Formats: sequence, C-alpha cells, structure tokens
Amino acid sequence: MRAGHGRRHQGAGRLKASGGTIRTGAEVDQVLIRNGKAKGVVLAGGEEIYGKLVISNADVKRTFLKLVEEKELPDIFLRRVRNFKIRGSSGKVNIALDSLPEFPALPKDSPAYRADMHFTDSIERMERAYDDRKAGRWSADPFLDMMIPTTLDPTMAPPGKHFMSCFVQYAPPKIDGRDWTDADRDGFAESVIAQVAQYSPGFRDRIVHMEVRTPREIEAEVGLTEGNIFQGELTFDQLLFNRPVPGYAQYRSPVGGLYMCGSSTHPGGGVMGAPGRNAAAEILRDLAKPTLHMSPAHDVI
Amino acid sequence: MTSSDLNWDAIVIGGGHNGLVAAATLARSGRAVLLLEAGNEVGGAARTEEFAPGFRVSTVAHLLNRLHPDVVKTLELERHGLTVEHGDFMPSVALSKDGPLTLHGAYGEVLTGASPSEQSAWKDLRAQLLRYAGVLKPFLSRRPPGLGGMSLAEMTGLGQTALALKRLGKEDMRDFLRVLLMNVYDLLDEQLSDDRLKGLLAFDATLGSHLGPRSPTSLLGLYYRLSGEIGGLAGAQVQPKGGMGAVVAAIRAAADKASVSVRPASPVAKVIVEKGRAVGVVTQGGETLRAKAVISAINPATTILELVGSREVDTGFVRKVKNIRMKGDAAKLHLALDRPPQFTGVDAADHKGRLVAAPSPDHVERAFNPSKYGEFSPEPVMEITLPSLADPSLAPSGACVLSAVVQYAPYALREGWATGKPRFLKAIMAQLETYAPGIGATVRHFELLTPADIEARYRMPGGHWHHGELQADQMLMSRPVSGWSGYDTPLEGLFLAGAGSHPGGGISGAPGFNAARHIIAMRA
Ligand SMILES: Cc1cc2nc3c(=O)[nH]c(=O)nc-3n(C[C@H](O)[C@H](O)[C@H](O)COP(=O)(O)OP(=O)(O)OC[C@H]3O[C@@H](n4cnc5c(N)ncnc54)[C@H](O)[C@@H]3O)c2cc1C
Ligand SMILES: Cc1cc2nc3c(=O)[nH]c(=O)nc-3n(C[C@H](O)[C@H](O)[C@H](O)COP(=O)(O)OP(=O)(O)OC[C@H]3O[C@@H](n4cnc5c(N)ncnc54)[C@H](O)[C@@H]3O)c2cc1C
Repeated sequence: MRAGHGRRHQGAGRLKASGGTIRTGAEVDQVLIRNGKAKGVVLAGGEEIYGKLVISNADVKRTFLKLVEEKELPDIFLRRVRNFKIRGSSGKVNIALDSLPEFPALPKDSPAYRADMHFTDSIERMERAYDDRKAGRWSADPFLDMMIPTTLDPTMAPPGKHFMSCFVQYAPPKIDGRDWTDADRDGFAESVIAQVAQYSPGFRDRIVHMEVRTPREIEAEVGLTEGNIFQGELTFDQLLFNRPVPGYAQYRSPVGGLYMCGSSTHPGGGVMGAPGRNAAAEILRDLAKPTLHMSPAHDVI
Repeated sequence: MTSSDLNWDAIVIGGGHNGLVAAATLARSGRAVLLLEAGNEVGGAARTEEFAPGFRVSTVAHLLNRLHPDVVKTLELERHGLTVEHGDFMPSVALSKDGPLTLHGAYGEVLTGASPSEQSAWKDLRAQLLRYAGVLKPFLSRRPPGLGGMSLAEMTGLGQTALALKRLGKEDMRDFLRVLLMNVYDLLDEQLSDDRLKGLLAFDATLGSHLGPRSPTSLLGLYYRLSGEIGGLAGAQVQPKGGMGAVVAAIRAAADKASVSVRPASPVAKVIVEKGRAVGVVTQGGETLRAKAVISAINPATTILELVGSREVDTGFVRKVKNIRMKGDAAKLHLALDRPPQFTGVDAADHKGRLVAAPSPDHVERAFNPSKYGEFSPEPVMEITLPSLADPSLAPSGACVLSAVVQYAPYALREGWATGKPRFLKAIMAQLETYAPGIGATVRHFELLTPADIEARYRMPGGHWHHGELQADQMLMSRPVSGWSGYDTPLEGLFLAGAGSHPGGGISGAPGFNAARHIIAMRA
C-alpha cells in the first residue's frame, strides 16, 4: 500500500463529499451540556459550536475527565472511567538515512530488507525488556518492530536515501514516577540505535536525522493519553462488554447525545475504523435511521 | 489367602490427605478399600516431623485455611480429634520497616496499623473480595462444569451460580465480570493505598504459583484463597495443634473407623490395564493387587506417564498431560531457635500469627522476576509462623520453631541447587534479620527444602503446591487437562483424586472427596 496511513484522507474526502465539514486546529475544550443532554462544544479559543449530537473520538479518559464536567456524570461511571487503564508501553523512532543499511546476517538481495525485522531472538530478552518497563524505565534492550518503508516506496525519501521506522517496546508513560525529560528521550533513542547497530555495522554513520517519540510526545502530538497506542489497554477487564467501561460498551454515554467512537471503545485500537463504524451504526439506530448503506458490522457485544 | 488374591472394590494410590479422604469416603459407602502409600507415613505434604532433635514442625503445609466443611462433616473429623476453636484464628501481620499492620480475625475483619481511610477502603474491598470469592465457592464441591452432556445436577449447579451472580445486583455483577481475570496488582491499586496491605494481598494471591502480582489473572489466586474457610469463617486460618500431622491423624482415624486397609511403605509401580480398563496395580515390591476401581490420589502426570504408560492412552491425551505446568517456586524453611525471636514492632499476641514479609506489591513483583529466568529472588518474600509459641510441645522448653514458606525459589534453578541453596539461605536470613534483628545468632539448626527437595522427599513433581499450576488455563474444566476434568480418565476404572484435579491444592480434601462421591454416584 503506497499511500500508507494517508489513505485515511480518502475518508476525509468522502465526508466532505457527503456534506460534512472538517476543521483542523480546533481543539475542543469542553462539551456543552444542558439538562443532561449534549448541545455542542466549546473550543479552546472560546468559540461555541452547537450540534444535535456530539461524538468523541478522543479516548474515554480525556472525554469524560477533561471535556465533561464531573457533575454531569454518575459516580459509578466516573469511578470506572478513572479505573480505565491506558498506560503507554511503546514509543516510535523514525530515522532518516543517507543510504540503505546493511545486515550481514541477510543474503545481499534478501526480500527481508523489505520486511518487518525483529532483533530480539528469545522470549527471555523480551521478558527482560518488560521487567524494565515494570520498574518504570525504558527497556535497556528493547524489542523493535523495524522496517524500511523506502524499500517498498522510494518516493518517501530523496533518491538513494532511506527512511527507517522503528516501533519500540517498552517505554513507560513515566520514568520512575516522574515525567520524561529530554535526556530520558535521548537515552531511549540510544537504546534503539545501539540495538540496530549491533546487527548493522556502520549504521550510526548513515543517520541523517531522527525523530523520537516517547509516550510524552505521543500524548502531546496526537492526544493519546499516557501514550497508549490503543486508547486503553486490551486486557480482559477492558474488552468486549467491559470496553471502555461496564454498562457503557455500546458507544453511548450517561450524557444524552454524547457518544464515543474512538479506540477506547470496542473492539479497540489499531488502524481499522471498527469502533467508528460501530458507533455510527448505534447512533443511526438511536435516530431510527437505516444502516443498510453501511459496510458489514464488526460484532458488537 | 494373601491379600493378592483379594479382589478389592477400590485401591487408592497415595496416602496424602486427599487419598485418605477419598478412601475413607469410599469405605463409608460399604466398599472394601485398600490404600497404598509409598512413604513410611501417610499424610504426604501434610505431616508433622522432627527436623532437629526435640524440634517438630509441619514440614510442608503449615496453615489450615481451606479444609472443606463437607469433608469435616461427612468424615466426622471433629469426633476423630480435629479441633478448631474461635480463639485459634491467627492474625496476619504485614511486616515492614515502617512498622507492622495487622489483619485480625478471619482475613482482616479488623485492620490495625493503617490510616482510617485505608481501614474503610479495606472494609469495602474485603467485603467485595469475599462476595466474589463466594460466587465461585460452590464450584469447590462439585465436578467442574462439562462442555456437553451435563447431568441435571450439574445444570442445577450452574444455575445456582447464575443466580448467585444475579443476587450480586447489576452493578456489582458488572464489576465481578470486569475484575475476574485481572491481575491483583492493578486491582489493589484501584482501591488501596497502603503498600504493606497491598504487599500482603499480592503475596497471598501469588503464593504457590508461578505468577507475579502483575501477571495476568493473578487475582484468581486470591479468590481461591478466600473461597476457603475454616471453623465456618471464610478467609480464616489456624495452626493445628500438633501440626498438620494432627489433621491427617484425624482423617486417618476416620479411614480406620471405616475399615480402610492402609499400607505404608508400598509404592505403586504400575497400574494394570486390560482391554482399556484399569483392573489393579503392581507394587514396587512386585505384588499384584486387583480391584474394581483404581483411584490415583497422586500427581496426574505421574499417574498417566509413569504408572499407566503412554502406550495405554491416546497421544492427544498424553500430550495434554505432558503440558501440565508444574514447576514450583515455593521453598520451606525450618529453624530451630534458642529462644523466640522478636519481630520489630510486633506485639506478643501477633507473634503467634502469620507474619508476612512482602512489604509492597512491587517488592513481590521484583522477587518474582528472577524466577522467570531460573534464578532465585535476591530479596525473597515469605510467610513466617512460630508454631511452638501456641503449641509448646513442638520445641524443647524455652526454645522456638520457625516455619516459613519462601518465594521465589524456582524448581529448575539455572545454577543448580547444590550451589544455589546456601546462597538462597543467606538471602532469606538477610531478610529475616531486617525484621527480627539478632535472629541469626539464635539459630541452632536449620532445614531448607527447595522445590527440588520437596519433589524428592514427598514425591511432588516440581515440588509444586497444587500438583500443577492453578491458573486460568489449568482450572475448572481444564484441570488437570481439558476434556478430563471430572476425576475420570480415558481408562475405565481409573480415577484421579489428588490436588492436581479440580479444584486444586491446599489442605482441603476437596479433590479426594469430590472424586469419591463421583465414583459412588457412578456405582463404579
Ligand atoms: C507509535 C504508534 C505506532 C502504532 N503502530 C500501529 C500500526 O503499525 N498499525 C496499526 O494498526 N496501529 C498502530 N498504532 C495504533 C493506532 O495508531 C491507533 O490505535 C489508532 O490511530 C487510534 O485511532 P483513533 O481514531 O481511535 O484515535 P486517534 O488516532 O488517537 O485519533 C483521535 C483524534 O482526536 C483528536 N483529539 C483528541 N482530543 C481532542 C480534542 N480535545 N479536541 C479535538 N480533537 C481532539 C486527536 O488529535 C486525534 O486526531 C500505533 C500507535 C502508535 C502510538
Ligand atoms: C512449600 C509448600 C507449602 C505449602 N503450604 C501449605 C499451607 O500452609 N496450607 C495449605 O493448605 N497447603 C499448603 N501447601 C499445599 C499442600 O501441601 C498440597 O496442596 C497438599 O498437600 C496436596 O495434597 P494431596 O493429598 O493431593 O497430595 P500429596 O500431599 O502430595 O500426597 C500424595 C501422596 O501420594 C504418595 N505417593 C506418590 N507416589 C506414590 C506411588 N507411586 N505409590 C504410592 N504412593 C505414592 C506420596 O508419598 C504422598 O503421600 C503447600 C505446598 C508447598 C509445596
């Protein structure tokens, strides 16, 4: 797939074509609620926008602990939202390279250069990486899910240059209970570079630029609370009828007209669109509108 | 006529407490029952033994907290010498450098040493845990639910569970379903803030299993613990007078009364299989004994792989049996002390309690980590008792016995226990010294049993507490293996009745009792 995740913009195009409006740079500060019903939103700049329905793609904690006032929500719901676990565990390192790295372990023209590569060659290494995370540190010997997208789509970099994308585990939302510092971020990046360099001689010399995203950056840039990639951990207590919280697993909320459609809801995170699709179906049902034009459903429990 | 010529109704292999319970229950139904025990004494891991001149101790299991009330009642154990009195309930003391915290009565009916807000948080959590464990409790005394072809009784049982769930009320039931498979660490974090209390609960949840508090589903261990009761009170614990051997003596007396023939020093070497049916056993001494039913109250893997042999059962079943995880992490320490130790900040009455050295859930987790890699905890966690304080008959006058379960001591220590054991002992003593300064100087004699020692001495494979990990995938209808959870085996006439079967280990008698009732119901 050449366009990468940019394909989502096709969705944006379709939304506009069917009469929708998209505004970027429009951070929502608060959901307007009157008599227990959502009436619209207030933007960070103070602008009020009214609407019949408010559907939040932000994660469940952000939506109900930041955008909605406590008094609008039942205690038991609030307690469950507070208990929702959304602790980040991963980071991302994007590396610009002036030439294709070499991996002596691979035959020269191996198709593996175009594949997903992992260096952790034992479960024990991965387990030890997690021990660091439990102790509140990034993994000294992380496990990487690495690929070089330019081997598939050379247009992503200037001719002859390359781009390496490293998904990195584990990176906790906090370091020893305090916020990440720039020095921590650099240490985290070094753990990644060091591991790749171990398998690719001369790797460091090829690096032109690096973009390092710890949970701190992920939260700040895309608003994923604590940098959790799935808008909430995917453990049994937060799956199916428990996602995001018991009693509200069907995209509705205690506030009339306020719905959830992000990955905090069933079935969870990843670029798949299922929560949004299911939410739309539930909303149409509440509006007593047909859903026949929609793609087949993902199971809702 | 030699006994070889006798045709027994039932032969029970293994005289652990479960074997004795099964034998006694079967004999009470009028069956002629022979029990064969490998060791010189019955009791298995429930025994009182001398470990140093004049010092006796419960050498493996030391606390009684789940002997099933149906077993006590049916076998009339109180008539046969079992006594549990209200005053015997032991407190649990969470040891910490910040001073101890004590759970009094049955699992902390009263909590002292904590802040008022923590006390009220604990009150709520305790009630909730007991309520949820209570939903699961009826499963202890039943065969696990089958997947197909349930009997009426089984259906009724499940219906009762559904009812019990409903009785919780809607919101409580939702929370029950949310937390069921959680890890104990996260749950405690939601509701409590005192590390000492959380550490104690995290310890209890993971005791006897290869799990850390943060391992998925670790909360189930706490439910299992709290589904047990003693003296009619859920969560209570006692130290039997005379040690665990006294409990077994009561069960043994019930077996004798029911005319069970008990033969110690008779290890079984083989189960005789004829035409897919178990028809008797051969002892290591070469004696052949035949019976209508053979009930194995020893480890399920040993039963199938060694006594039956993989040729007699299908390979799918053999593979499942081989996959049962059972590498223990619990060691047992016995110290003969010149005098009773003084644990800092702990009052005299609480010295008779269960002293838990697990100062925080993170500490327990850190203790667990090395065990994943075949290393012992450098700062082990443990449950300590001083049984001779309440029962002076266990030690010479003025002296004291210390009995502790210590985790984590992986069965397959990478460096080997020959060199590892002295180093582990040092690590344990260092911990003890921080809580009871000066204790090291009063040690007259010690005995440290690693899981490897427990395996060798008590014939418990892997030295495992439950004869097989008690985790979600090895519980209920998957215990000991999926498809064969109701005490039956693929061999007609061969039944399982030990801790490796549902519901699991601990001194409960439940597997033995359930198995016997099943056999009686089947008219086998
Ligand atoms: C490092 C990393 C790597 C990943 N790799 C993969 C992968 O390879 N494959 C895969 O399938 N998934 C991957 N994921 C997961 C995937 O990206 C997410 O699960 C998915 O994007 C979530 O989609 P969403 O629409 O639910 O939420 P988001 O993508 O988080 O969208 C929420 C949107 O709401 C906006 N928002 C938040 N608050 C407000 C507010 N107050 N006002 C207005 N707007 C607001 C945010 O800016 C954001 O645009 C990865 C995630 C991360 C972090
Ligand atoms: C370190 C440790 C501490 C523990 N502490 C506690 C505690 O405080 N409280 C608690 O409730 N539980 C405790 N337990 C768990 C408890 O001891 C066991 O779950 C329980 O004893 C199992 O009973 P059982 O009758 O099923 O098996 P066992 O007690 O193992 O008995 C099996 C018997 O079968 C015999 N046998 C084996 N092979 C043969 C053969 N081939 N032929 C004849 N006989 C054979 C054995 O000699 C043994 O007597 C502890 C366990 C450990 C490892």
